[in-house]
Amino acid sequence: MGSPVHQVSLGDTWSRQVNPDIERERNIQSFNVERLTNILDGRAENTALRRKVESIIHSDPKCSLKDNYFMTQNECYEAAIQRKFHIQTIAKCLGWSENSPEFFYAYRAVSGEVALTTHSVFLQALRSLGSEEQIAKWAPLCNNFQIITTYAQTELGHGTYLQGLETEATYDAATQEFVVHSPTMTATKWWPGDLGRSATHALVQAQLICSGARQGMHAFIVPIRSLEDHTPLPGITVGDIGPKMGFDCTDHGFLRLDHVRIPRDNMLSRFAQVLPDGTYLELGKLQINYLSMVITRVNLLWGEVTPILQKACVIAIRYSVIRRQSCLRPSDPEAKVLDHQTQQQKLFPQLATAYAFHFLTSNLLEFFHSSYDAILNKDFSLLSELHALSSGLKAMASDLCSWGTELCRKACGGHGYSKLSGLPSLVARVTAACTYEGDNTVLYLQMARFLEKNYLQAQASQDSTSQRSLPQSVAYLTAADLAKCPAQKAADFLHPQLYTKAWAHVAARLIKDSAHHLQTLMQSGADRYEAWNQTTVMHVQAAKAHCHYVSVKNFTETLDKLENEPAIQQVLKRLCDLYALHGILTNSGDFLHDGFLSGAQVDAVRTAYLDLLPLIRKDAILLTDAFDFMDQSLNSALGCYDGNVYERLFEWAQRSPTNTQGNPAYEKYLRPLLQSSRAKL
Amino acid sequence: MNQDLRREREGASFNPELLTHVLDGSPENTRRRREIENLILNDPDFQHEDLNFLSRSQRYEVAVKKSASMVKKMREFGIADPEEIVWFKKIHLVNFVEPVNLNFSMFIPTLLNQGTTAQQEKWLLSCKGLEIIGTYAQTEMGHGTHLRGLETTATYDPETQEFILNSPTVTSIKWWPGGLGKTSNHAIVLAQLITKGKCYGLHAFIVPIREIGTHKPLPGITVGDIGPKFGYDEMDNGYLKMDNYRIPRENMLMKYAQVKPDGTYVKPVSNKLTYGTMVFVRSFLVGEAARSLSKACTIAIRYSAVRHQSELKPGEPEPQILDFQTQQYKLFPLLATAYAFQFVGAYMKETYHRINEDIGQGDLSELPELHALTAGLKAFTSWTTNAAIEACRMACGGHGYSHCSGLPNIYVNFTPTCTFEGENTVMMLQTARFLMKSYDQVHSGKLMCGMVSYLNDLPSQRIQPQQVAVWPTVVDIDSPDSLTEAYKLRAARLVEIAAKNLQNEVIHRESKEVAWNLTSIDLVRASEAHCHYVVVKLFSEKLLKIQDKSIHTVLKNLCLLYCLYGVSQKAGDFLQGGIMTESQITQVNQRIKELLTVIRPDAVALVDAFDFQDVTLGSVLGRYDGNVYENLFEWAKKSPLNKAEVHESYHKYLKPLQSKL
Repeated sequence: MGSPVHQVSLGDTWSRQVNPDIERERNIQSFNVERLTNILDGRAENTALRRKVESIIHSDPKCSLKDNYFMTQNECYEAAIQRKFHIQTIAKCLGWSENSPEFFYAYRAVSGEVALTTHSVFLQALRSLGSEEQIAKWAPLCNNFQIITTYAQTELGHGTYLQGLETEATYDAATQEFVVHSPTMTATKWWPGDLGRSATHALVQAQLICSGARQGMHAFIVPIRSLEDHTPLPGITVGDIGPKMGFDCTDHGFLRLDHVRIPRDNMLSRFAQVLPDGTYLELGKLQINYLSMVITRVNLLWGEVTPILQKACVIAIRYSVIRRQSCLRPSDPEAKVLDHQTQQQKLFPQLATAYAFHFLTSNLLEFFHSSYDAILNKDFSLLSELHALSSGLKAMASDLCSWGTELCRKACGGHGYSKLSGLPSLVARVTAACTYEGDNTVLYLQMARFLEKNYLQAQASQDSTSQRSLPQSVAYLTAADLAKCPAQKAADFLHPQLYTKAWAHVAARLIKDSAHHLQTLMQSGADRYEAWNQTTVMHVQAAKAHCHYVSVKNFTETLDKLENEPAIQQVLKRLCDLYALHGILTNSGDFLHDGFLSGAQVDAVRTAYLDLLPLIRKDAILLTDAFDFMDQSLNSALGCYDGNVYERLFEWAQRSPTNTQGNPAYEKYLRPLLQSSRAKL
Repeated sequence: MNQDLRREREGASFNPELLTHVLDGSPENTRRRREIENLILNDPDFQHEDLNFLSRSQRYEVAVKKSASMVKKMREFGIADPEEIVWFKKIHLVNFVEPVNLNFSMFIPTLLNQGTTAQQEKWLLSCKGLEIIGTYAQTEMGHGTHLRGLETTATYDPETQEFILNSPTVTSIKWWPGGLGKTSNHAIVLAQLITKGKCYGLHAFIVPIREIGTHKPLPGITVGDIGPKFGYDEMDNGYLKMDNYRIPRENMLMKYAQVKPDGTYVKPVSNKLTYGTMVFVRSFLVGEAARSLSKACTIAIRYSAVRHQSELKPGEPEPQILDFQTQQYKLFPLLATAYAFQFVGAYMKETYHRINEDIGQGDLSELPELHALTAGLKAFTSWTTNAAIEACRMACGGHGYSHCSGLPNIYVNFTPTCTFEGENTVMMLQTARFLMKSYDQVHSGKLMCGMVSYLNDLPSQRIQPQQVAVWPTVVDIDSPDSLTEAYKLRAARLVEIAAKNLQNEVIHRESKEVAWNLTSIDLVRASEAHCHYVVVKLFSEKLLKIQDKSIHTVLKNLCLLYCLYGVSQKAGDFLQGGIMTESQITQVNQRIKELLTVIRPDAVALVDAFDFQDVTLGSVLGRYDGNVYENLFEWAKKSPLNKAEVHESYHKYLKPLQSKL
């Protein structure tokens, strides 16, 4: 039952025994949990490797996360640096190479609570934007940590809108140097990770000015701290931007550059070059700058956002079979809260979403890898679809994962508010993803532009004979559509094809409506920019529906591939059904709007949805076990595998510094207060 | 002042001062509130540390210090009116979290409510003078909202005439009470009373927990802080484990139930009055929701007027982000919601006071509805506000995530409202219970009054069964009254669906409880629709009382936006119920966009009218003068990580990392 890895206890006496309430949940096995774990990992070998890495990391007490919740920002940062240091040492010993799966699994094991994560963003950017010579020069320095790097794009006054960045890099042909400069207060680089206290070099995005002309954004390697004593170099003002909602482990920083000179070779030049005399050469599309953002977004979904929702589900669902509240039958003991319909309604759609996004991002990653090489070789045909998908799906996944994680937290009642539940930290972390790497609204609109373009193209090609095929993700815009949903009873809504079509219908209608609305406004005299702004709310709605359609379709396709695993296919199909139907119910207005669904059909959807809840209820614990998070990674008093919630909570709380370090406030303020009053009495 | 904000303020169509008077209730209230606020702001003793740079222990210490000085100051300034105390504390404490507060908000009131005259005489003076600091310990580690499940026992021993308090299991440890961890020396403990071998249910006991003079836990008491939380850093929420701990018989609060020296139990007469405190706390929380959301809107809207981003037209300077339709669509419905909740909060307060007078005269008739309504509205407003604060934070982009924005603090300190004082889902189900009862009563021929009177008009109640035809399909989307009717129809329909589904389940299931559980999603939906209707109704009715024409116009637009946005979000309900047609929904969506444009020029003035001092907002982004960026930079420099130019972890880890590899 389960894997031995799960059973590694935290050394507490009570964890030798599994709480019978959770043990019973694991008794009925309608499917093979281990097999599902393998599917989630890609294959059984990956599971084995992951577990090996995790047990190495967790056997090192220096990598422990247990005291994290008690730390100040300063202590958290230091612990994260220490953890990074130990992982690097282990990696060196065992010969793990950078970008290897081992590193990814090590990162997963410590829940991303390590410093120097922007280091790899720099490397990615270097590999995408740097020439071969530049890669050969800088990558080894990075890999050996001879330099510590960060990626500095966002400024105090400018974020998602790249062209608005103010930092300048002016070429001086006399010395063959770039002069990098922050001309205003708002040009101060703000938010880059690892910049505040750690980095020695920054990849700075700046407006290139050469021979008097502005050439747009380019990336420059700028040394910022001494490699001798780590002090800031002349012309550099650098520091930490202060406390945040979460990410205490990361020293997000600010950077002001006062006419800092760097050699000409420090401009990354795979796609553009400045010759010694100041001539500007474009070697590729400007758009290519987006490539490093695409990479970052896809990795973000896979390594950060989706696992957080998965962990939140594990914690909340496990706790919900331990926690008892109110009686469902007068004579019974208090019921497990997971047996309350309202609790199922909160948690199971989140569980379904966690699975949906797992498969979605894993496929996106595959698509990315298959198109990446082509793009590096300057074949840009897939770039716009890749960019649109990574933008829109990043927005949707971070939105829904934030919402879902917070919902899981609230579903744990008061204890969800304690940091020892692990949930506040997950919430604080995942919610940041809604605004970093591109504000979600802006990203939805980027997706919307892609949709509008393809819709218009689909219209045009229908009229003419030239049949240019649409990118795969929007091919449905030209497919045959039904005006009304053919479902007659609740059970009909359990057909993946049927609800995928329903989502396609709604997405296509919303895309069409917003495109037409835009056209109408333009025809009535508004210029395109004004008309676009006046239709952005509609466009965002259309992009959301499209993303929803993509995720539903992807989930159903994943099911198709599981033909040889009927038991797993069945249990995942319920989640897929729930995911699609929950989406229909929360957006029922869109489905009713043009009469695609009738009122009676929406009622049938509701019936089908409610009937799924008790079916999923039976497998809920096993479905969370399958994610295979070790207790040390969950770092939660509520979510441990053995279910010994209350004992752990009590023991852990007693170790809080507020309990172990005396009470200076009593001596200073309470005692005088108590005594002054007594003197008066 | 920032030029953008100056222009915004000059362009407003109304005088925000007049709107502030409306929100405060009268110009006199506004004057007095400011007077109190200025007392603090001009007080040299008032030092305002930026809590964001302090550790949890330090924040607790600051809060205790402030609590201590506050007692003196309030006496000095002669502030005694409860309303004024709230104003005073709010500006003094910034986060409004105060370890000693439980002494005043729970310990003393419970003593007054449930203690005999003799008990009050014995304890009251010393708690008011803070010779003892008390807290109220109800929730246990394993048991929250469902009170009957509490496990702590108080067993009477007639030989010594003492109660033996005991925490028999881990789950019975008292958990969460504020001020329990480090501050209090007494607690009112709720425990199962056992005497003569029989359990009589929950009763309240005064338990000394720390020694006077040394503040050390007394023998048999294990007490401490429950550790770090999402927010409320300043509060020492605590745990309490009692190990066969003895207290004198007189420490049981005996105004209602009594235990005689020989152990005989005397039953209480009635306990309906305990409703009163809950109703009071929950109606106060509705007001808190309004205030927290108003703060968040103030910050997000001011910042959106200062922040420039992207381009609308090529070549033109970057516009204020408040000019983007998507930004308006994010923020203005929330602004409208903030105003709606302000008026609901004021209504709840008035109603509570009115009904309290009735209760004083022995009239309890309105209490059940008020109890049901406060439960639902507490849940409805706190859920909405919870999501809305987050939306405001995200609307500020990356900077919203920094503590400099003040928004993370507002959020983490507000969000427990969803789970404390009654978990929201449970609250919604309480309202649903009342709705179902009312529905049944209408069915048995009784007419309902109050907010549920619409149930009298349900189609199924009419003599002729003409179903759909009786629903008026013409909703005037420019009339708040007509929209209120639409919300009423939606509520009526969802209440009826829930009631019918419940009846249906009752027939098929073994028990009422099982049937109730299997309908609970429908029941929560019905309660939400009912609460939504109440909010819309109260907002519309408020418009009738506004004299000033310019204020009336701007509030009417907000009211319309609130109503229409809700219709758009819940379009499925309105379509499915035949309350609106598809083309009307299209019109609604169009009208919302027009209203965004209409409200845009007044947005900054509308948040100015909330009249928050910068100290209360605690936000660099939301400053009244709009000088955001300069102050952001200054603020960041104070970060503890910036104390030394080279952080010590460089020498410990980074340097070795560079050389070792």
